[in-house]
Amino acid sequence: MGVSIRQGSRLPGVDAAPAVPPDRRRGELSPQAVGSGRLLRERFSAALITLVSALVGLLTLVVIAALFLRSLPILRQHPLPELVTGTVWKPLAGQFGFWPFILGTLWVTVLAMVIATPVCLLTAVYLAEYARPSTRALVRPLVDVLAGIPSVVYGLFGVLLIVPFLGDDLAPFAQRHWGFLPWLSPGEVSTGYCVLAGGIVLALMVAPVIIAVAEEVLESVPAGAREASLSLGATKWETVKHVSLRLALPGLVASVVLGFARAFGETMAVLMVVGNVAQSPRSLFDPAYPLPALIANNYGEMMSIPLYDSALLLAALMLLTVVLVFNLLAEAVVWARKRAGQ
Amino acid sequence: MRLRCAEELLFRALMVLSTIAVLSGLLLIIAVITVKGAGALSLDMITRLPTGGYYLGKEGGLLNAIVGSLLLGLGATACAALLAIPVALYLQHDYAGRRRWANLVRMSLDLLWGIPSIVYGAFGFTIMLYLGLRASLLGGIIALTLVELPIMARAMEEVLRMVSVELREASYSVGATRWETMRAVVVRQALPGLLTAILLAFGRGIGDAASVLFTAGYTDHLPRSLLDPVASLPLAVFFQLGTPFPEVQQRAYAAAFLLLALVLLVSVCSRLLTRRLSRHAVK
Repeated sequence: MGVSIRQGSRLPGVDAAPAVPPDRRRGELSPQAVGSGRLLRERFSAALITLVSALVGLLTLVVIAALFLRSLPILRQHPLPELVTGTVWKPLAGQFGFWPFILGTLWVTVLAMVIATPVCLLTAVYLAEYARPSTRALVRPLVDVLAGIPSVVYGLFGVLLIVPFLGDDLAPFAQRHWGFLPWLSPGEVSTGYCVLAGGIVLALMVAPVIIAVAEEVLESVPAGAREASLSLGATKWETVKHVSLRLALPGLVASVVLGFARAFGETMAVLMVVGNVAQSPRSLFDPAYPLPALIANNYGEMMSIPLYDSALLLAALMLLTVVLVFNLLAEAVVWARKRAGQ
Repeated sequence: MRLRCAEELLFRALMVLSTIAVLSGLLLIIAVITVKGAGALSLDMITRLPTGGYYLGKEGGLLNAIVGSLLLGLGATACAALLAIPVALYLQHDYAGRRRWANLVRMSLDLLWGIPSIVYGAFGFTIMLYLGLRASLLGGIIALTLVELPIMARAMEEVLRMVSVELREASYSVGATRWETMRAVVVRQALPGLLTAILLAFGRGIGDAASVLFTAGYTDHLPRSLLDPVASLPLAVFFQLGTPFPEVQQRAYAAAFLLLALVLLVSVCSRLLTRRLSRHAVK
């Protein structure tokens, strides 16, 4: 009985319910049992379990409410559109423009997804459709290990290997040979601490999430559908392309959306390699300053500056909102699938 | 016909390459951290506290961060387990008679699972301000509990659900209440899996940096109470890497190696434990 890191089984499956006798549900017992305190224990435990679950169920709302209340002060003084589109970040002068940070987050996250999506989906297809059971049994725990590696370790890996490679080798090379491409030529000398470094590290970090969900989705494609295609003379890949991928498409989209949400809020690893310069990056070799890094770098010292703390919690609220919306989207896709399957 | 075969071969090659790329990423991370970190590791690092001038490259060790991480991880895992077990039980069919509520709680757990740990850090800090706490072991435990809770609860739910329906029905048929069935049959049967879920969450907890950044603080001393600030390994990596001295940066590598080794050890242990303990479960 193993526990996977996979995020619960989001897919319809065999889920038999035990027949709990109705009297047990209502908490009625024979008179003898009532006297021994069993009924009391049953009712008390059921109440406690329900209470704790209700609290946990409400926790998301509590987090949203708390962050919203604490970011109200800045929202009262500056309208939200002005904060989002403002480009000047000078807390001492009372100017809070989030645009460079939002842009930084988007650059790093989108880049990570561009790198991770094809590689992860191909890996998931390989594991679900092609790999021998023994290969699968070897690869799957390793992917789970990748999911468990702490983010600072990813960050340090980026600092030790990827940043020097980008700064010393790839950036000068790109400057010499790719000058005509708008996003690929570094404007000035790149230190290696840049958007691309953040994207590569993040791509590695979200890989296990995408692979795990995508693989699960692919495995839920009924074998009969595959066999029908194979029996008509289709090759293995044609079957994958026309049957498995098509049937699994919503779930695969959900896996990528979940990966995106994960990448969007990742803090420490990105913070360590992305350079943290509050500007709008113009190429992959420019530094950026994503929203989570903004919160992490400044949260300790904001107490003396008015509205600073409120501004940072607003940043946290923005992160939370985007992540929740994306998670709900993934959830909705899976629900629609479930509904259709029934 | 030849085209179809070529396409088949091309994609098969791409898939194998992708899988190799992901795996080599993992191996590269472990190799780089091990080579750099093991070289910088010494007995002093794990047995001594930082002394004066430690952050300029003088002597001392990481004991504060090691002890701090273990305290934070154990505390948060204990709290998370106290919350996760009832939730996992609630999500079983025996309790969640109305599936709508169970689905709501399940969805909430999924959403909580996705919330970035920096947001938990900020939220935890807000709670601490409300309670009048400063950066402390207690604050760190609160934030880490929130990070671990959804991971643990979902894993536990999966494990409990695998306990067979027949076993539960057998228990009901001899007159047991739901609580008795859960305690004596379901939880006992699923014990190895529950332990794995707890270890999984513990591994996530000790590795998380963003949530303890402003809730637990950082200090060179060992905490004497729940209200003292406490150091942690991930933050030791982060802060020491930020200094300009190569000697201190070396120690960041050592701290990262310790952290990685700890996380991998926990993961291996949980796998072995599962195998050992499941010998006693009714198959």
